[in-house]
Amino acid sequence: MKHSAPDLSPYQCLGEALGEALDKRQTQVALIEADRERENCRLTYSDFKRSALTIAHALQRAGFQEADRAAIIMANQSKWLIAAYAVFYCGGILVPVDYKLTASEHLPLLAHAKVKVLIVEYPLWRALTQVAGFKEFVVPTAIVTEAPKNLDLSAAAWRWEECRDREEPCFVPRRRQDIACIVYSSGTGGRPKGCLLTHENYLEQCEALMAWYRFWPGVRYLSILPTNHAIDFMVGFIGPFVCGATVVHLRTLRPEYLQEAFSRYKITYVSVVPMVLKALESGLRARFKALPKARRWWLDRLISINRRLTRNKPHPALSRRLLPQIHQAFGGELLAIITGGAFVEPSTLQFFYDLGIPVANGYGLTEAGTAITVNDLRPFRADTVGKPLPGVEIKLVNCDAEGVGQVATRSKMVMAGYLDDPELTAETLVDGWLMTGDLGRIDGTGHLQLFGRVKNMIVTDGGKNIYPEDVESVFNGIPVKEYCVFAVNFVWKRRTLLGEQLMMVLHLESGDEPAAALLSELQARNRKLPDFKRLNAYMVWDEDFPRTASMKIKRGVLAERIVSRCEREVVLRDL
Amino acid sequence: MLTLDQTLQQLMLLASEHFKVPASQLKPDDDFFKTLGINSLQTLDLLTRLESHFNVELPDYELQGVSDFRTLAERIQSRL
Repeated sequence: MKHSAPDLSPYQCLGEALGEALDKRQTQVALIEADRERENCRLTYSDFKRSALTIAHALQRAGFQEADRAAIIMANQSKWLIAAYAVFYCGGILVPVDYKLTASEHLPLLAHAKVKVLIVEYPLWRALTQVAGFKEFVVPTAIVTEAPKNLDLSAAAWRWEECRDREEPCFVPRRRQDIACIVYSSGTGGRPKGCLLTHENYLEQCEALMAWYRFWPGVRYLSILPTNHAIDFMVGFIGPFVCGATVVHLRTLRPEYLQEAFSRYKITYVSVVPMVLKALESGLRARFKALPKARRWWLDRLISINRRLTRNKPHPALSRRLLPQIHQAFGGELLAIITGGAFVEPSTLQFFYDLGIPVANGYGLTEAGTAITVNDLRPFRADTVGKPLPGVEIKLVNCDAEGVGQVATRSKMVMAGYLDDPELTAETLVDGWLMTGDLGRIDGTGHLQLFGRVKNMIVTDGGKNIYPEDVESVFNGIPVKEYCVFAVNFVWKRRTLLGEQLMMVLHLESGDEPAAALLSELQARNRKLPDFKRLNAYMVWDEDFPRTASMKIKRGVLAERIVSRCEREVVLRDL
Repeated sequence: MLTLDQTLQQLMLLASEHFKVPASQLKPDDDFFKTLGINSLQTLDLLTRLESHFNVELPDYELQGVSDFRTLAERIQSRL
């Protein structure tokens, strides 16, 4: 049966589009929350609406109005989606904050966004209240989920579970051009980059993605990525809901429960970051290797047959018959694994495709409203990040002789700008084109290949964007003349997006070797950063850093000087 | 019931066995990601092992931000 892509053109805002889906699909299951082998809750679209309107009423009772901002800091769970819809229902602006940041990183973002309401899980709320500076931070209302019953929350903090209003809140419509979300793409230690994404950005992105990867009633999407992640927000909330599908939240990433969830809920789609995909690949390869020789030979033959028969496009039914045990391990109904947020090795993509499990890999930025290109699987191309989505234009700027240039994109999905930062907005949005800072080439079939970055940042295989400026502040006050942090590949250009690392350039007070005490201090400070943000290496530099009139480091100039005098392998030392 | 110190010692011993790092190299305030050379997914393996050893449940989301043995031992202790 053919399933059609959703037509969201009649809607002005996410509140309307989601609201109509909730009314239309009342008895269907919208949301299941599982934790290990337990099922915490199962909500129909009607149940979901009732829960969300209770929160919406509580928000309005707290004085939350049109265009007010509400932040959510929660791991992936049912209340995340309920809270988000409640905010949209009230005409508010949602600020989805990465719950994996530290509490001291949360505070500046909440302050920058000027949130009026904070909806937060208790362990994260507890951490926030213990951070120096929390007392000066004023959030008019906090709604705290899962707080222990006998605990005395502060006066401005409400318990989610005690929001029991039965009165109908007032729906506040928004226009397409109004801001729906402020999403921070960086800025935890430096200049906050709050991307202003409109209702139109999301509605258009949803239509475009769902045109290639269809959702319909009966689809079950397994949500293990945090919903603050742009991919999960789109394919684990907006997309499935407007199409009447079911979202299954799993509150653990333990492999044993993950496999059980695939089988128990007959999962159709799941999104993972490249690190998890790689771990799945390693696990499967180890199992294949452990097979007796004859079975291994037979498996290799079947994989080879599947590869030949799916060369032009996937044939899920055929692949399931050829490789039933592998597909049963993923529940037997998996159509694709969605991934993005960081680069995936082509060999990993090909490995899964050959098993009959396509990986919908793509390329995108928060600033572009999530995805810019996605692999359309017709045919599957492991060596690219796919083609531009419907309605998306891409072009390359400043191309070299090999046709590699900076990727720029233009569409109705591109953000309106950065919150309170017209200068950065003007640098990033040039004549309507979003300058991505990534290097790419477009091949003869319209597929985009990526080769590295022109911007000074890295993306981890866990899908985290790390900007050097954001980690520098952790090293404030170290006893050196000056220092700065670089992405190693920004200094020594390499055409790869794999294994990106951060390094520190130290200009010492004296001598050309850091003292043992200084190294210990650097290591201790480095450990204060979350593991994915840590520096890997350092080098010593013996000249004053070039600076602007306002004393900002001219990073590009410094990088050029370093390259002209130093070889990467010689000067870099492990930190 | 175990004391916090006993929990900590048992935790470090299990970690050293699981990831084949000599116990003498592990210190309570060490960052276990770095000392054991593991990523966040490999940490989940360790948590499963710890749960079965101490007979407690350690939800992933409650251990967010925990990266040293001592704090991990405190979280286990609070659930014993």
